[in-house]
Amino acid sequence: MNIIVCIKQVPDTTNVKIDPKTNTLIREGVKSIVNPFDENAIEEAIRLKEAHGGKVTVITMGPAQATEALKSAIAMGADEGILISDRAFAGADTWATSYTLSQAIKKIGTFDLVLFGKQAIDGDTAQVGPGVAEFLDIPQVTFAIKIDIDGNKIKVKRQLEESAEIVETTLPAAVTVIKQINEPRLPSLKGQMRAKKAEIQMWTAEAILADAENIGLKGSPTQVVRIFTPPPRGNSEMLEGDIDEISVKLFNKLKEQKII
Amino acid sequence: MDYLFTEEQKMIKDLARKISEEKVKPVRAELDETGTFPWELMKEFGKADLCGLYIPEKFGGFGGGCLEFCLATEEVSRICGGVGVTFAASALGAFPILMFGTEEQKMKYLPDIASGKKLAAFGLTEANAGSDAGGIQTTAKKDGDYFILNGTKQWITNGGEAETYTVIAMTDKSKGTRGATAFILEKGMKGFDFGKKENKMGIRCSATRELVFQDCKVHKSQILGKEGMGFIVAMKTLDRTRPGIGAQAVGIAQGALDEALAYSKTRIQFGKPISSFQGVQHMFADMATQVEAARALVYATARTVDTGTADISRDSAMCKLFASDVAMKVTTDAVQILAGYGYMKEYPVEKMMRDAKITQIYEGTNQIQRNVIALGLIKELAAKK
Repeated sequence: MNIIVCIKQVPDTTNVKIDPKTNTLIREGVKSIVNPFDENAIEEAIRLKEAHGGKVTVITMGPAQATEALKSAIAMGADEGILISDRAFAGADTWATSYTLSQAIKKIGTFDLVLFGKQAIDGDTAQVGPGVAEFLDIPQVTFAIKIDIDGNKIKVKRQLEESAEIVETTLPAAVTVIKQINEPRLPSLKGQMRAKKAEIQMWTAEAILADAENIGLKGSPTQVVRIFTPPPRGNSEMLEGDIDEISVKLFNKLKEQKII
Repeated sequence: MDYLFTEEQKMIKDLARKISEEKVKPVRAELDETGTFPWELMKEFGKADLCGLYIPEKFGGFGGGCLEFCLATEEVSRICGGVGVTFAASALGAFPILMFGTEEQKMKYLPDIASGKKLAAFGLTEANAGSDAGGIQTTAKKDGDYFILNGTKQWITNGGEAETYTVIAMTDKSKGTRGATAFILEKGMKGFDFGKKENKMGIRCSATRELVFQDCKVHKSQILGKEGMGFIVAMKTLDRTRPGIGAQAVGIAQGALDEALAYSKTRIQFGKPISSFQGVQHMFADMATQVEAARALVYATARTVDTGTADISRDSAMCKLFASDVAMKVTTDAVQILAGYGYMKEYPVEKMMRDAKITQIYEGTNQIQRNVIALGLIKELAAKK
């Protein structure tokens, strides 16, 4: 079972600061970490490998320093890391990033599963996992809280806001995971020694046969107009009871306020 | 201060610190309050490859030595002295096997200890044989290819929780200390039971129990070294594990210093943080100097152990003596700096002070350490003549 985990190096803070002029993240002076949800994806990949055998390859698109993120995944137990790095990738939005990662995955060739954290804590879009699945034209399941694999079938429990659903599909597939799926292990000493010695391959735009029109700023349809913290939602009231009771309460409220 | 660590040694220190901060810190107060044995944490250390630092690679360890072991013990003890000693006591039980075991014995016992799957313990002390280890009353009577053990070991760290025990018993009382023999025993052997768990002042999460032997039949292949070598096994083991207690003491002291420093910046009296007062500053200066001196002595001793030198008694006694006295002094001062708050259980320094006390007592009281040091000096002088 060959598993590819796509990870992102992010600033170690949930309070990211935005440069008001360029509308991009301020990264200077902030320590970098592996995106926490991606650590869950790495952990899940290692667990699946422990259960079914195979290989875990971790990839990331980023500058040279993102090698550190790949090494920490190897320290946890991943087999191999590939850095996808090129000046031409700079300024990529989620669309260009998805395209770039999918090109790298095509270069790797055979795989059964591509795992992602549900979203990165800096951009918070949750779009890259689904985007890569589309470019690869494989089934996708998002917000996984449990993954079971049986032959070439994968059964995923998806956590939704108020409920959960179980989705079954065939491999190869792409799955994004949430925090509750597992607890990422700490790196072991032997893992760290292996990571220290590990050679990280670096793939450029040319190496992954990327179309210059689809990568970096040029390949990014997204235009950021302004980034701001939305105001908190107004007061809400939760209605309780069974469906019939709630319907009646809701009807009365709406009538009270002359909405209906 | 730069102690010229290798990359691997830095990695060990960082990893032990990370696990201690993330996994030990959140539970230390509860472990202390309830006296719960930290099995979960021992498993974490095992998974991180920290349990076999001093065990050769061919027996599943990391292939380091006393210094690597001390670095990890210090970091764990900086957060919790009780978890620290639980971690360290397994080495106390494993060291005799490492030093005196046959290839078969090492292969049988060390890999599980290195992986953290099993813990080890060391049984020397008895009710009437503490500082005077020659007063051991537990007997091992020869019976064909077997020995029959009878007696009770007292205050054995990891007792009941460990699977592998190195126990010293008298095989020939008439020969005095030359009549003692070391045995490897396994939990679950017929006639080998455990007494009550002791309720202690400090290091409360660690297990301290009696080992009770009633006609416990042990095959002669379980002897460590040779019959009659038990006392040498015990003394050589303690000589090499005392730096571990020194490291534990340095860790506890550093933890208390860290807590007191952080507190002093936030505590406002007379309109200023108490860290701005010279009386407090001078206390910190002394505490930090003492901790660093103790650390330097522990590391130097551990490095000397790792050279494989035969006579380490005097040096290891000095580092244990000095570091444990520093731990008691520094934790007491930390409580003083936090004052009323320091005396309360809401803050961790009173626990550190309770944990520190044992380091002056176990693996040889500091009075015995002074005897060892003085004896070493006199021997050296005699050798020069």
